[in-house]
Amino acid sequence: MEEMTFAAALADLAGMAPEIWQACQETGLMLGVGLAAAILLGGPLGIWLYLSQPGQLFANRLVNGVLGWTVNLVRSFPFIILMVSLVPLTRLLVGSTIGPVAAAVPLSFAAIPYFARLVEQTLREIPRGVVEAAEAMGASPLQIIIKVLLNEARSGLISSLTILTISFLSYSAVAGVVGGGGIGDLAIRYGYYRFQTDVMVAMVLLLVVIVQIIQLLGNRLAARLDKR
Amino acid sequence: MIHLQNIRKRFRRPGGGWFDAVQDTSLAITAGEVFGLIGFSGAGKSTLLRLINLLERPDSGAVIVDGQDLTAMDAPALRRARQHLGMVFQQFNLMANRTVADNIAFPLEIAGWSKADIAQRVAECLEVVGLSDRAQHYPAQLSGGQKQRVGIARALAPRPKVILADEPTSALDPKTTQSILDCLRDINQRFGVTVVIVTHEMHVVRSICHRAAVLDAGQVVEVVEVSDGKVDARSDLARSLLEAA
Repeated sequence: MEEMTFAAALADLAGMAPEIWQACQETGLMLGVGLAAAILLGGPLGIWLYLSQPGQLFANRLVNGVLGWTVNLVRSFPFIILMVSLVPLTRLLVGSTIGPVAAAVPLSFAAIPYFARLVEQTLREIPRGVVEAAEAMGASPLQIIIKVLLNEARSGLISSLTILTISFLSYSAVAGVVGGGGIGDLAIRYGYYRFQTDVMVAMVLLLVVIVQIIQLLGNRLAARLDKR
Repeated sequence: MIHLQNIRKRFRRPGGGWFDAVQDTSLAITAGEVFGLIGFSGAGKSTLLRLINLLERPDSGAVIVDGQDLTAMDAPALRRARQHLGMVFQQFNLMANRTVADNIAFPLEIAGWSKADIAQRVAECLEVVGLSDRAQHYPAQLSGGQKQRVGIARALAPRPKVILADEPTSALDPKTTQSILDCLRDINQRFGVTVVIVTHEMHVVRSICHRAAVLDAGQVVEVVEVSDGKVDARSDLARSLLEAA
């Protein structure tokens, strides 16, 4: 490989702009689906995990045990193995195992228990007395969940979502390599397999910037919502 | 107004065995009075209070409030009944992410009041506790005494017949304590709300109670009358609480 100047690298990258943009969209799609699944399914699961603990509204040792065990089980799988294990399910749901939508299936599968744990931990920080006060005022379980738990934990939940997003940006790169596309995949294909170090460096820098932005936005929003 | 009939409540000790928090206790609290539950730590006074709105469910016995047997109710009926039983806590238990006004609005939202009615009632309650200028503050911006006033306003908002107060002044300094007691007395006198107050300080009993049950080891030792700030106590326990004050 010839020695590369900075200008040559820039020209090289500029020529790849459409591909880079497409990779960004693929990553965005994988993340979007994964995070939506995490919020819609992992969120309620986390709330249930919390409420089934001893001393809580729906205290039930068996339910809590089964939920906790299941969450741990899914979380024990190294992500790449989870992906491979889920190939039949992915094929069933999406009809293919290639592309960002297919990659979103195992990503969602991993994101759900991950976020459930984060939600559970966050809810634990709400003082028991606040929930008890709502019970004493005659609030229903649903009112307690929405008006008390989620509202009191909102800042922590945003922080949890920030952590999840950044972790899954990383996971999406793994998913990308096995046919999902995205920024990580681009970095591997060009930067590693074709020895185009400039592409590798550019993609890593791009990810660094994205992570910084996500964290910054997450911190800002969490701080704004926190009135404690 | 409140009848506790042969109430028993025991808790499992963490190390095994049982702890009898309330042993076969009966008590009648009259409408419109300020009734104290006093005793040393572990006497069962907070448990007894929490049995009145069934935050603790008795192992046996009946809890009758305003003619209704709470122990016989299903969950939705109990929730409706609780909307008429205000509660004030030692640690205030305000929602940190709601403003003062929204904390007071909470029980009204639960009860399905309209927005306009809520706004009007919240303003009235803020007026009663003297915090009209703090409506848009968050609890973290208030002093302990102010937080407890919000707690009282919140309990008062749904026009309850009874307010249960669990050591409402124990986290406060003496001067603030007096102002909170004055506030509770004011509410009792102006609105005829029955107040049940748990305390370990005889001073609180002398200051606002009409009567008080002296508790020890989960039993009522004696019910004392208070007149002109004097407590007519017969039992040794009541006298020792008087001396401690």
